Amino acid sequence: METMMGLINLEHEHHFFHELTYFRSGASIPFAGRYRLIDFPLSNMGDSGVEEIAIFTSSKYRSLMDHIETGENWGMGRQNGGLFILPPDWNDPADISKGDLRFFHNNRDYFNRGKSAYVLVSGGQYVSNTEYMDAFKFHLERKADVTLVSTQQTSLNSEHESLFRIEKDEAGWVTKITNDLENPELFTSVYIINKELLMSLVNQCIAHNKDHFFVHGIKERLADLKVQTYENKAYGVFVNSIESYYRHNMNLLNEDNYRALFYKKPFIRTKIGNQPPTKYRTGANVKRSILGNGCQIDGDVEGSILFRGVSVEAGATIKNSIIMQRCKIEAGVYLENVILDKDVHVTANQKLIGSTEKPYVVAKSKTLR
Amino acid sequence: MKNCVGMLLAGGEGKRLGLLTKELAKPAVPFGGKYRIIDFALSNCANSSLQRVGVMTQYSPLELNKHIGNGGPWGMGGLNSGMTVLSPYTAQNGGDWYSGTADAIYQNIHYIDSYDPEYVLVISGDHIYQMDYRKLLKHHQETGADATISVKPVSWEEAPRFGILNTTEDLQIYEFDEKPKKPKSNLASMGIYIFNWSSLKSYLLDDAANEKSSHDFGNDIIPAMVDDGLKLYAYLFEEYWKDVGTIESYWEANMDLLDEDLQFLLNDKNWRTYSNESNIPPQYISETAVVKNSLINSGCWISGTVENTIVFENVAIEKNSIVCRSILHPGVKVGRNVVLERVIVMGDTDIPDGTRIQVKADEEPLVIDQESLLTAKV
Repeated sequence: METMMGLINLEHEHHFFHELTYFRSGASIPFAGRYRLIDFPLSNMGDSGVEEIAIFTSSKYRSLMDHIETGENWGMGRQNGGLFILPPDWNDPADISKGDLRFFHNNRDYFNRGKSAYVLVSGGQYVSNTEYMDAFKFHLERKADVTLVSTQQTSLNSEHESLFRIEKDEAGWVTKITNDLENPELFTSVYIINKELLMSLVNQCIAHNKDHFFVHGIKERLADLKVQTYENKAYGVFVNSIESYYRHNMNLLNEDNYRALFYKKPFIRTKIGNQPPTKYRTGANVKRSILGNGCQIDGDVEGSILFRGVSVEAGATIKNSIIMQRCKIEAGVYLENVILDKDVHVTANQKLIGSTEKPYVVAKSKTLR
Repeated sequence: MKNCVGMLLAGGEGKRLGLLTKELAKPAVPFGGKYRIIDFALSNCANSSLQRVGVMTQYSPLELNKHIGNGGPWGMGGLNSGMTVLSPYTAQNGGDWYSGTADAIYQNIHYIDSYDPEYVLVISGDHIYQMDYRKLLKHHQETGADATISVKPVSWEEAPRFGILNTTEDLQIYEFDEKPKKPKSNLASMGIYIFNWSSLKSYLLDDAANEKSSHDFGNDIIPAMVDDGLKLYAYLFEEYWKDVGTIESYWEANMDLLDEDLQFLLNDKNWRTYSNESNIPPQYISETAVVKNSLINSGCWISGTVENTIVFENVAIEKNSIVCRSILHPGVKVGRNVVLERVIVMGDTDIPDGTRIQVKADEEPLVIDQESLLTAKV
């Protein structure tokens, strides 16, 4: 049986997360009460039969390493295969590669050692609970060189502006990859490619001084390659800015969206922790909210997402906000349209209000008094 | 606690827990919204830095063995530590079920010997408490005892239900009184013992050869040691300790977790309670939900009213339903217009729309599962 090996390529990913990425990579931003963005590609790859995954990342990967550990939580900590975080470690004196091609060039061993003849590549900004087995089957049946996973979005927002759009002929072969803002067929950054072809395209890109594998190796060579698309119809969104991050968290408070993304088996996996169940005290008044375990709630919480271990004291009010792990909200505090990063402590009786387009963001570990 | 091996007795059938132990050993019964009863003893081992723990299972062991695995969640999966499930076995000269608490240890002498420990800690997996076994061991070393038994002062009315230890003023034990009609002391044995291994081993060998023995620590080993004039000391433990042997006490111990004064039971950062974790999405509390004074675990979808209730993972409670003073085990689905009060609902039970089960405050909480729900037509 044919199989795929995985690659999560975080190089060349543009994002506008500001405070949220002061100390972490975009892929390790906490999401939806207990997850991190990278959990989606990791889980989806695991559900597609992938047994080994490499991650190309060039900076701020400490939180990523801490989160992923051995990969066991995603079923990757096994005897064969495994999970490899591959930060820049360039030791080849003859290396002339540039951009993300440096990662490919300096990690040839990863591809050469893997037994799979196909590679499933993904970025870290597409949030979906899906698997790519059908896409892989389609890839094999049509004897494609490359299969791009696409998605149609009902409304186009700011987060879509930087994404590639796909144009194809009647038979479904890709003719153009553009940035045409009118085209709703978006490239998810997920694609399947034959490994041998991948390595030969890497060589050609390096030989011609190129610095972006997908742009120069695939996008600019559509005429020479058999590239097709496969549409992902599962719930999926793009998160690449504070604004889209906030909006897509808030969208999960809609029951249908939350069910579609998280209550569909197999569940998205993440690093497991050890927290008691969430405690609601007598003053708790919680509506339309998502809460991780280990919270202690004695105040009003509405339309909000609380990560693990958050404490909300009596008389505090939290509306339309995202409160990350272990934040402490003291009595009488009022928060609306706010994002508090991990370990933020808001002392008694303060008022913080942001707008829905521009939520008020507080960076990690700050104490507001 | 390098020189000490822990032996955890987890074979209990727990007959007085009725339906709750129909298919589970008592230590495996779900507790506190995400745990199993045994997690408290296992977490005590982990927090006391015990490195070797043998868990003796017998009655309906599947769930328990699955839960424990290699002990990883309790920090026992390392190079120099390990948790080993010890089931009854047969060998060349036969073999049998564990016939008593002492017999269970006797049959695993080779396990203990393989670590050549100085001390053996014997504990059971069916109590809710937080104890630093290091303090117990220190006490044992300081008194120079052959055996130390942890005791809990109980009320004089309750005393006849327990194994009572009669001690001198400095807590040296001179008599063990199993369920005395007229207790001379109110110090109840908690079933937690530390022995010098060499001494215990010889008593176990003698006891095994004695056909009249019931092979029980309380009935046989301890009295024999007292009779022989060995130095046995009591170790006074005055903190929270609950035997969850009956449905009423199981329900009470769960409700204790909601008590503001007992928050340390689950929330002490220096004494965590560990369990086998899984990847389940965060809970969803809907527009119509009311949740007060309750514990709710991951994977729950709450649209009704929940008060003074313990809710395990993956429970759904639909609109216009009221659940109070109850315990809902994993995967329970509560339909619409349901009223539950003082009810313990077992795992994966679907409670149809309109069901009403209310148990009065002076009656024993009712345990229901899918089968009893169908036959009782409540």
